[in-house]
Amino acid sequence: MSNTASGFVESDAYIRDLMNAAAVAKTGNPLASASLPLDRRGFLKLAGAGLVLGFYLPGGVRADAETPQAAGAASQSPAINAFVRIAPDNTVTVYSKAPEIGQGIKTALGLIIAEEMDADWNRTVVEQAPIDAKVYGYQGAGGSTTIPRAWDQLRQAGAAARAMLIAAAAQQWGVNPAEITARDSVLTHAASRRSATYGSLASAAARLPLPDPGTLKLKTRDQYRLLGQRHRGVDDPKLVRGAPLFGIDVRLPGMVYASYAKCPAAGGKVKSANLDEIKAMPGVVDAFVVEGNGRPTELMSGVAIIASNTWAAFEARDRLNVVWDESEAARESSSELAARARQIAAGKFPANAEVNVGDVDRAFANAARIIEAYYEYPFVAHANMEPQNTTAWWHDGIMELWAPTQQPNRGQALAAGVLGLPEDKVVVHQTRVGNGFGRRLLNDYMCEAAAIARRVKGPVKLQWSREDDFTHDFLRPAGYHQFKGAVDKQGRLDAWQEHFISFTADGKNPSAGANYSYHLACACKAPNLRRGQSLMNLKAPTGPWRAPACNAQVFAQQCFMHELSLAAGRDHVEFLIDAVNRDVPELAPRSREMNFSPARAVGVIKLCAEKAGWGKSLPKGRGLGLAWCYSHAGHAAQAVELSVDANKQITIHRVVVAVDVGQVVELSGAESQALGACVDALSMAFGQQINIENGRIREENFDIYPILRISSAPAVIEVYFAPSDFSPTGMGEPVFPAMPPAVANAIFAATGERVRAMPFSRSGYRV
Amino acid sequence: MITLQINNQSYTVDAPGDMPLLWVLRDLIGLTGTKYGCGVGRCGACTVHLDGKAEHSCKVSVGSVGKRAITTIEAIGNTPNGARIQKAWIETKVAQCGYCQAGQIMTATALLNHTPKPSDADIDAAMSGTLCRCGTYVRLRQAIKNAAKA
Repeated sequence: MSNTASGFVESDAYIRDLMNAAAVAKTGNPLASASLPLDRRGFLKLAGAGLVLGFYLPGGVRADAETPQAAGAASQSPAINAFVRIAPDNTVTVYSKAPEIGQGIKTALGLIIAEEMDADWNRTVVEQAPIDAKVYGYQGAGGSTTIPRAWDQLRQAGAAARAMLIAAAAQQWGVNPAEITARDSVLTHAASRRSATYGSLASAAARLPLPDPGTLKLKTRDQYRLLGQRHRGVDDPKLVRGAPLFGIDVRLPGMVYASYAKCPAAGGKVKSANLDEIKAMPGVVDAFVVEGNGRPTELMSGVAIIASNTWAAFEARDRLNVVWDESEAARESSSELAARARQIAAGKFPANAEVNVGDVDRAFANAARIIEAYYEYPFVAHANMEPQNTTAWWHDGIMELWAPTQQPNRGQALAAGVLGLPEDKVVVHQTRVGNGFGRRLLNDYMCEAAAIARRVKGPVKLQWSREDDFTHDFLRPAGYHQFKGAVDKQGRLDAWQEHFISFTADGKNPSAGANYSYHLACACKAPNLRRGQSLMNLKAPTGPWRAPACNAQVFAQQCFMHELSLAAGRDHVEFLIDAVNRDVPELAPRSREMNFSPARAVGVIKLCAEKAGWGKSLPKGRGLGLAWCYSHAGHAAQAVELSVDANKQITIHRVVVAVDVGQVVELSGAESQALGACVDALSMAFGQQINIENGRIREENFDIYPILRISSAPAVIEVYFAPSDFSPTGMGEPVFPAMPPAVANAIFAATGERVRAMPFSRSGYRV
Repeated sequence: MITLQINNQSYTVDAPGDMPLLWVLRDLIGLTGTKYGCGVGRCGACTVHLDGKAEHSCKVSVGSVGKRAITTIEAIGNTPNGARIQKAWIETKVAQCGYCQAGQIMTATALLNHTPKPSDADIDAAMSGTLCRCGTYVRLRQAIKNAAKA
């Protein structure tokens, strides 16, 4: 009767992909690597500047749902290491191994190490670690996984450094190490009134054996002096002065600039091009066809133009005429796909339901109330502010790459594959990244730069134009949901049937980002639940987009939950809590990767409702809406209070965010992620839509693809973190998905009109 | 050859007159703080000051600059309002990815130069041409107000 399979927990191909990428760094399947060889002597060298410590440490542990203290027990991810360097002048340098994409990770990772080693944060420098999977393990940033992956390893790295410094001092002073205390990069032995800086002990400490991680004593939360507090961004002083931090800022001696033209319809190939005319243009150094390997995630066929500056390359690009072979190219149109989805939804429920709990048909036959609804949302673009780019230099048999990427390790592997080089002949330098949002989990632009650089003397910077960036994106797939739900006589959620119409690239599996999210099983626990999917063929490439799967499905599901609560005549918040707490064993997460907790979910819903003044009476035209989601290991709820005028102009008076991501590592940054996610979600929900016509993406720049402006941003967004002793998880994604449904539910509360499609501008609403 | 006054220094560049100032700054001179975002004057990432006025450098041809003094993000901290804005930006922790922030800071500094105590409406009017994909607007507004008080 039940057929839950692993669908709910393993369906997120994006996360699985990330985990597999992590496995590249070490051996085999990271989920099965509980007993990694512990090579504590992995890297240790005494540099002239002082102590350089490197550690191979076990870890990579995800937070555990119900028992925070047990988190350290189950090692699931590959071993990583961390670096600490201490200079004689007592400056501590710590290395951030993951890309900074705006999630504040460089500050957060640095703080974790500094906390455990009791470093003086004011004299701690955080530097970007080199890209080397053998030393660091996986170095990506995606799926809000960087903090949970790094939490144990970095704490152990900091604690190991501290232990070695203490051991060195104990030897010098002839005292018991247990009597030595550490604070702000100074060790003190109170009884003998001796103290010494870390810098003065670094050389001696470096000669000591690395401690066994098992013997390290990590701090308890009440001992924290840095974590959980507000801190400034470590790179902000450079940032506000325009220092060259980003990929686009890389400049090398003798560097030339490249533009790369690909077929506007995905899958097209170069037949011929006016290369001679292009080569004769001012500033143009060369122009040539790149064959490509036919993989959109790596290297598609195109024309490279090499010029003495970016503008000359772009100008030549405008004069480029390419005859494309479009026999294999995309021809679809998004409006036709949307119309077909509606037809499919009106037809029969798919025979092969992938989840079938209880008896949905019987529940519908006995229901007190049944409602049906159709929800939809469009394709959207990543629109990273920094258009894709990579600087590449082929020299001495080595391909050197400077790239703003979320997955440097994978970029290295893919570029090596494209070039037919061993991986160790590709060197990747990590730059700051001008937006990620999942777009830069793909490494196509790195592969292109590498392929182009093989044919260029000296370094070359490949720069995509804004138009390239829009038209060769990996889109958030559109989606269409046909719901049928029932409530019983007690007003409880009794049956949930969802037919999700989305896309397939291979004719079999959902396209990237078009898989069911796991939110449904956590939030809509109907004792009778049937879920099925119909897939339409799509050639336009799709990919992960902030909170993949959740970013739009939660809109549909949380709005339909609101509809059901109204049909049941129940208070919405009560109804949501009941649906979370319902015990439906078939819907329980089966994977250790999941740390969903009904108690934590209820906690954020209640906290949000309380802070928002749920139940208060509001003037006419004003509405309060609420929604919540479980996404990327975080529990988050949002409440929105807004008013709507006669022209459907919306004013958002107040947004309340309640979130549980475990302990907060850096309060100001975590809060900032919540503020930004609310604005980003409004931006998507109200205006964003990519239209595909005959396989071509129509929106090419910001003039017709509206990013929310400051005048439309809410004046007040309050962020509340649930007090939590759980290990920390990521903040980039969990605070995004519940915002659009909270707004739509508030619009209903204010106007009585149910908005079932994004963008809301389609229904005439503006913010 | 075109001679430009940038951040109180004189530069001579070999560029066609229709080349956008943005690319002259970034590629020919090496001042990369000014960012390329859209190339069509719709995102504000490339904002610089020409004689103190905020302009989208992707829409300013280098031949049209003439004797006007160019100020970029690299030197805006040498002006009182630029320094105030930068300090407020750090203290308020405005930036996330930071890519648009040079344009934001240049635009906000120009705002304070004209309107020392801007209202919310003044901020909306001045800052609506500079897009932030991270959505840092709440803190950005606060930082401008903090700088105006400083």
